[in-house]
Amino acid sequence: MRAALAKASLIRHRARTVLAVLGVAVAAAMLLDMVMLATGMRESFRELLLSRGFEIRLAPKGTLPFDTDATIPGVSAIIATLRANPDIREISPVLGASIHILAGNHDISGSALGIDPSVEGDYELLSGRDVTTPDAIVANDHLLSQLGARVGDTLSVATGYDPQTRTYSGQRKLVVTGRVRFIYGANDQSSSAMRRETLEAMGGQARDRASLFMVRVRKGANAEQVRDWIDKQLPNVTAISIATAIAQVDERLSYFRQLALILGAVSLFVGFLLVTTLVTVSVNERVGEIAVMRAIGVSRSHVVEQIVLEGVAISFAGAVLGLALGLVTARYLNTILSAFPGLPMSINFFLFQPKAAWSALGLLIASGIGAGIYPAWRAASLPIAESLRREAIA
Amino acid sequence: MSAGVESPIVSLRDVRRDYALGAERVHALQGVTLDVERGDYVAIVGPSGCGKSTLLNLIGVIDQPTSGTVAIAGKRVDAMSDREATQFRLWNIGFVFQRFYLLPILSALENVALPMAEANVSKGARSKRAAELLKYVGLGNRERHRPSELSGGEQQRVAIARALANGPTLLLADEPTGELDARTGAEIIALFQRLNSDGTTIVVVTHDEDLASAARRKVHMRDGRVVEA
Repeated sequence: MRAALAKASLIRHRARTVLAVLGVAVAAAMLLDMVMLATGMRESFRELLLSRGFEIRLAPKGTLPFDTDATIPGVSAIIATLRANPDIREISPVLGASIHILAGNHDISGSALGIDPSVEGDYELLSGRDVTTPDAIVANDHLLSQLGARVGDTLSVATGYDPQTRTYSGQRKLVVTGRVRFIYGANDQSSSAMRRETLEAMGGQARDRASLFMVRVRKGANAEQVRDWIDKQLPNVTAISIATAIAQVDERLSYFRQLALILGAVSLFVGFLLVTTLVTVSVNERVGEIAVMRAIGVSRSHVVEQIVLEGVAISFAGAVLGLALGLVTARYLNTILSAFPGLPMSINFFLFQPKAAWSALGLLIASGIGAGIYPAWRAASLPIAESLRREAIA
Repeated sequence: MSAGVESPIVSLRDVRRDYALGAERVHALQGVTLDVERGDYVAIVGPSGCGKSTLLNLIGVIDQPTSGTVAIAGKRVDAMSDREATQFRLWNIGFVFQRFYLLPILSALENVALPMAEANVSKGARSKRAAELLKYVGLGNRERHRPSELSGGEQQRVAIARALANGPTLLLADEPTGELDARTGAEIIALFQRLNSDGTTIVVVTHDEDLASAARRKVHMRDGRVVEA
């Protein structure tokens, strides 16, 4: 009966209820988006790092991977050292370099990764075959479209260019063997990959060097312990585990996350105030009715239940609508933000997580209960005789 | 509820009710002593502000006296907790108000069934009894109508049916004809007489001479005191 009365009370002022639900929906959408934004980049970054199963990255001392042009010398020795640890399963050295690809009377600049195709973790092959031969190169769609090249075409690639003499160095003919998508690369970046020894040979002096090592640990092994071990064994590199990388990302994104949480809290508070206001107005309009209900024997707790139910119903309807609205707006905003130049394609600003959605829904319902409590308490505490007398005078 | 046959159903002894009105202390009731016998039909009359409604509120257990005792059906009700008073009203008191106060969102049948729902009567049983009560007050064909679809007289009949829902010991009415025209008021007066002749004890507060005259007994009040009982 309480639920039926609550429903009937809300239906009584249909337009007002609909507007309140829409208001809560907007607040709920904002809350969900802010919750998604607060955790989205972090989780998205974590998923990105974990996607290829390499738990540790080694970068030149004091840098982050590809933060500078610095490289790590003695790749063979480092691999030999790392192999001594039985918890290390795979090692993937990666060399990064800038390249110039001649296209008619001009050239296209891009980046190239020198990798070992058997253990690489930087890209996924979309079509064709991997760089199984020394003269093979794979490229992303952006570079191929800039060159107007296709799988099977031969490219003239150089690792250096002297603008004064207008000459290229480290030049070599490479055959495009595949189309790839670089996992950590941006959409608008011209990227390619070849065998590490090929890139080294083209680079001249940079032999047996790598910009980065990606390390995969044995299943069940503790990546943090392995990282500590590497730190001790290889003092000239920085070993970064996923947890460390995420902590660094967390630190860099902390202001961003705090802002999202503050905006989310504001949305929740606005929704709370909206429901409290609506239910309070509704209760004030029904003082006489409530006093009569109490006079005919309806208990205080049942009056409270009915009014809290009204608040919860508005919050719930608004939350469900808001969650849908939040997902749509998050997708739209994500498309805009992800197009920001230089960002990895796989990074999402708004990452939908069911837990976040449930949390937002739970918070809204809790705020609905909270919003109903004050007016419900007021209604249940009305002195019956005094309220009826005032109503009669009014 | 376990009152003896001879004991009055309403018994007030030296009841006073004061309340604050701004800085002033208003003495709404100044030592009222009154008995109402089972099956009686009492009209409380007097000028506005003489304490009639305050007296009715105390009998209806929606207010408590500043001093004195109030007993209904042999049970002291003047110092009950809110929970006890609510339960007591649910089972023993039927209220009819000048402004009907039906819930506009419910049909006539649902309005009558409301006190029974509160008393945990099953849905089927309360619908059946509500229908019977509506038939009793002459609205057997108006069960599904909302209050806004009923005339003032019809709304007051629904309110009377609601007051009778849980078979109360006592029916209290505060100016039940106050918002009705003479013809409709006469119908309500007739209904009260029928109720009383069917055994319901009724106490009404009224300015309506016709309604007061239809009662078995008139209690005159002035300045918070019973001047003629």
